[in-house]
Amino acid sequence: MANAASNLAIPTPAQVSEPDESQSVWDRIASSKEFQDLMATKKVFIVPAFIFFVVYYFALPVLVGYAPQFMATKVGHVNLAYLFALSQFFVAWLIAGLYVKAASDFDRLAKDILEKNGKGGK
Amino acid sequence: MNISLVMFLVFIAVTLGITYWASRRSAGSAAYFAASRQIKGWQNGIAVAGDYMSAASFLGIAGIIAFQGYDGFLFSVGWLVAYLTVLLVIAEPLRNAGKYTMADVLAYRLRPRPVRAMASVSTLTVSTFYMIAQMVGAGALVKLLLGSMVTYNQAVMAVGILMIVYVVFGGMLATTWVQIVKAILLMAGTILLSILVMAHFHFSFGQFFSEISQVTYHDAKGQQVVKDFLQPGLRYKPPYGPLDLISLGMALIFGTAGLPHILVRFYTVPDAKTARHSVVWAMVLIGSFYIMTTFLGFGAATIVGPDFIKGHGGTNMSAPLLAQALAGDIFFAFISAIAFATILAVVAGLTISATTSFSHDFWTNVIHNGVERKRGEEVLVARISAFVVGAVAIAIAIVLGPTANVAFLVALAFAVAASANLPVIVLSIFWRRFNTAGAVTGLAVGLLASIGLILLSPSLMAIDPPTVVGTARHLIQAKAWFPLENPGILSIPLGFIGAFIGTMISHEPTSQHKFNELLVRSNTGLGAEKATAH
Repeated sequence: MANAASNLAIPTPAQVSEPDESQSVWDRIASSKEFQDLMATKKVFIVPAFIFFVVYYFALPVLVGYAPQFMATKVGHVNLAYLFALSQFFVAWLIAGLYVKAASDFDRLAKDILEKNGKGGK
Repeated sequence: MNISLVMFLVFIAVTLGITYWASRRSAGSAAYFAASRQIKGWQNGIAVAGDYMSAASFLGIAGIIAFQGYDGFLFSVGWLVAYLTVLLVIAEPLRNAGKYTMADVLAYRLRPRPVRAMASVSTLTVSTFYMIAQMVGAGALVKLLLGSMVTYNQAVMAVGILMIVYVVFGGMLATTWVQIVKAILLMAGTILLSILVMAHFHFSFGQFFSEISQVTYHDAKGQQVVKDFLQPGLRYKPPYGPLDLISLGMALIFGTAGLPHILVRFYTVPDAKTARHSVVWAMVLIGSFYIMTTFLGFGAATIVGPDFIKGHGGTNMSAPLLAQALAGDIFFAFISAIAFATILAVVAGLTISATTSFSHDFWTNVIHNGVERKRGEEVLVARISAFVVGAVAIAIAIVLGPTANVAFLVALAFAVAASANLPVIVLSIFWRRFNTAGAVTGLAVGLLASIGLILLSPSLMAIDPPTVVGTARHLIQAKAWFPLENPGILSIPLGFIGAFIGTMISHEPTSQHKFNELLVRSNTGLGAEKATAH
C-alpha cells in the first residue's frame, strides 16, 4: 500500500498547474455568456433528440410485445413489425446526421471560448 | 489440408505482422494505451465496429433469427440504436475529460482512490465475464469448424495466446488494426452472403419474404410445424416475454455506452470532434451489418432450415451452414475464418480495456496515488496483467468446457455496464451535487443488482432433466425467483437510485467546487489530452 504521507497531495487528471488560480479561470468561463450560449445551443438539440429516439425505440418492444397481432398486419410483402424495426435503423442514422450538422455550431462556439482563454488550458 | 485451417493461419499471420509493426510504436503510456491518440476518425469508426460486433452478433443473431424469426431481429435493432446514446451523451465529454479509462472522468472531481477502485472492479467484471463467454464460444466454434483436427482445449489456448500476444506486444495500436481488419472481413463476408441469398431467390424480395412466411420444421416434441417467421412472438412469449424484451432494450440502449472496451476506443483519436465522427462511421457499418442479418438469419431459416442446422452443430452454425449451402466448402471456410477473426478482435479489445483499467486505475492511481514511480511502470504492469488476464480466461474456459451454459454472461456484461457504469458517468458529467459516496454506492448497487438478479433468473435457476450433465446444468436447481433473463428494467433504476441516495447522505464541497472545471473541459475540450508524436 501507499505510504500515508502521499495522501496529502491528491493528484488531478487535469493538466492545470495552479489549482487555486485556475479554479477561478474555470468558474469565470463557466459563467461567461459564450459558455452559457454553448450549453443552451447544445441543450436545444440534444435533449429533444435524446427523448425522441428513446421514445421511438421503446415503442418497438412495447408494440411488438403487447400488440403482436396488430404488428403482424401485412404490408406488401412484409408486415408492420418488420417495417417498424427497419425504420429504426434509418431514424438512428438520420438523428446521427442531424447531430453532426448541429455539432458544427457547438464546435464554432467552443472554438471562440478556446481562443479567448488560450488553447489547451495550460 | 483443411481450407478453414489455411484461412485461419493466413489471418493469424497478418495479425502477427501488424503486432510486430505496432510493437515498435508502443513505447510510453499514451502510445500503449491510446495508440498515441493518432487514430483517424474513420479508422476508429471501423475499429469500434470491429470491437463491438462479436461472435454473438455474427453467429448468435443469425442463429436466433434462423430459429425464432423476427424476435431475433429485435436484437439487431437495439445493437445499433444504442450508439445514439454513445454519440449524443458519452463520446465527446469522455474524450475531453479523460485520459485512458472511464474512471478518469469520475476521478476528475471526485476522490480518485475510492471511485477508481470501484470503477476498476466494475470494468474487470464486465470484461472478464464477456471474455469468458467469447472464449467458450470460440473453443466450441473452432472445434466444430475444424472437426477432429483440433480439440476444444487447443482452440481455447490458441485464441487466448493470440490475444495475449496482440495486447502484450502491440498494445492499443495492434488491437485497433486487428479490429479494423476483422471489421472489413466481416462486412465483406456479410455483403457477399446477403447477395448470394438474394440470388437464390432470383433477387425477388417477394419470393424471399413469401418463403419466410412459411418456414417448415420440427418442434421440440417432434411435430412438424409451419410458422410465419416474420411474425413477432416466437421467442418472447407471454406472460414475461414482452417485459423481458423491454428489459433487454434498456440493457442495450444504456449498456453500450458503459462498455469499457468501447469507451477506451474514444481515447485513441486526437480530439472530441474526431471521436464524434468515429461514432458516425461505426454507426454506418454497424447498422448496415445488422440490417443484413435479415438475409443471414432468414436466409438460413429458409434455405438451410432449422431442422438441418439443429443436426449439424446447432444455432451458432447457421451462418456458416448457409454459406456452405450457397457456395460450397471454400465459402464455408471463408465465413468460418471470419467468425474466428471476429472472436479474436473482440477478446483483444476486452483484454486491453481490462489491463488498462487495472494498470492505470488500480495500480498507478489507487495503490500509488497517481504517481508513476518509474518511467514505463504503468505499461509494464499492463503487459503483465494482460498476460495474467489471458491465462485466467484460458483456465476458466477450459474448466467450464464446450457445453457450458455461458450465454447469460453477455447479458450480464451489458446489465453491469448499463446499471453500474452508465449512471455514474452520466451523473458525474451532468449533476453538480454528485459526489464520491454517490459514485461508489451507484457502482456497487448497479453491480450487485445485476449479478444478483441474473443469479435468480431463468438463465441460472431452473430444474434440468437428469440427462443434462456437468457445466451445461443450471447453477441453482430450483424454479427461478426473478422471471426475466435481462435484469436491466430493475437493475438500471437501482443503479441510479443507489447513486442518488449515496450522494444525498454525504456532503463533498470539493466535488461541487470542481464541477465547473469538468463542465467547461468536457464541453469545450479546454485542457483535453493531446495527441502525441510516435
